[in-house]
Amino acid sequence: MQNVIQLTDINKHYGHFTLENINLTLPAGEIMGLVGVNGAGKSTTIRILMGLIEADSGTVDVLGHRLPDAQVTAKRQVGFASEDMRLYKYQNLTWHMDFVQGFYPEWDADYAQMLLQKFRLNPTQAIKGFSHGQRVKASLLLLLARRPRLLILDEPTTGLDPVARSEVLEELADILRDENRSVLFSSHNTHDVEQLSDSITFLHDGRILASEDIECFVNKWRSVRCTGHASPTALAELKPAHLRQNGSVWQLKIDNFQPSMLEAIKAQGLEVVEVMRMSLEEIFIATVKKDTRHEH
Amino acid sequence: MTDELFLSQTDSRPMYLQVVEQIKLKIMAGDWPNGYALPSIRELAAATKVSVITIKRAYSELEQAGLIVTRPGRGSLVAEGIGQGALRHQELNHHIAQLLEAADKFGIDNHTLQQQLAEALKQRQTPPASE
Repeated sequence: MQNVIQLTDINKHYGHFTLENINLTLPAGEIMGLVGVNGAGKSTTIRILMGLIEADSGTVDVLGHRLPDAQVTAKRQVGFASEDMRLYKYQNLTWHMDFVQGFYPEWDADYAQMLLQKFRLNPTQAIKGFSHGQRVKASLLLLLARRPRLLILDEPTTGLDPVARSEVLEELADILRDENRSVLFSSHNTHDVEQLSDSITFLHDGRILASEDIECFVNKWRSVRCTGHASPTALAELKPAHLRQNGSVWQLKIDNFQPSMLEAIKAQGLEVVEVMRMSLEEIFIATVKKDTRHEH
Repeated sequence: MTDELFLSQTDSRPMYLQVVEQIKLKIMAGDWPNGYALPSIRELAAATKVSVITIKRAYSELEQAGLIVTRPGRGSLVAEGIGQGALRHQELNHHIAQLLEAADKFGIDNHTLQQQLAEALKQRQTPPASE
């Protein structure tokens, strides 16, 4: 299977921020979620992918084309949307649809009409009267109706109300029907990522903490609750991402969890009450906080 | 009719297990009879709005459990000879195993457990008619 995105050893240095050794692979037909807190490097990574920023070192291949040389060819089949994308506010959506259609012969007019209905957008109203959610949906419509092979969306659900968010996610899910189409989307909403993505790339402080199958990633973590009395230093040897105690109740959040760790906990004199899987959100928070703790 | 599953984001089980449970429900209810051709993985993922990998994982679990069979290049079918009754028994056994596990955890002995179960059965007002 062809990889639609291949970033190899990407580095980019700014005064106060460095994107370090980014390696990222997205196979055709998959959806990848790019997660990380604000400032983690999600948008910079996406801008490098879109050829908007040049990396200091490393290679960028999109749909089999090397950037920046084959940028024009690659981008014809890529749909890109970011928050700072602007529509012409004195024109309406019909005008925009005609405009985009002029550049892209593969424009699917029936699909565009269907999306108009689904997103409940008024095609004759000037864009300046649109709400934020309506503008996001309008931009997405303009991208989707081109049926690009690769969609790159920077925070597509940020700032949307729950209904608009679900409408956007539904259309992203619909892309899955075609195994030749792929999506990379960034989000700090872990629920969106958890629900739709096949794989996850977790960026923090300009580095990739994990880039893998989402099920494998989530399954490595466990939250363990125990009771009893033990020495915190002895428990810290298990290297939990998070260790808290309140009275006789303990909570450990453990990455790369192995069942043998439970024996080690019991050996410290604690009784294991509960071993639970963690949501992507809990893992996200535990990882970022752990990282911050080590720095300071 | 397009097949679509109803999942919950507040359910703490992994998404693929919710898919497994719902497919079992469909088989038990007779919606998906023996030999029924399951929707393709991509189709069900798009309709249910979950990732392809989630549905793939669920299908492979169901296959390991012997509930569905997958023929390369031709999709998956509900396995022949998976009686609805057998599946119900299997499900009930699973719940019984959980009950026993809980009893162990709380240090409840067999005798007390039997008494509590007998009490609960007595308090249940309308037992369903036996099949």
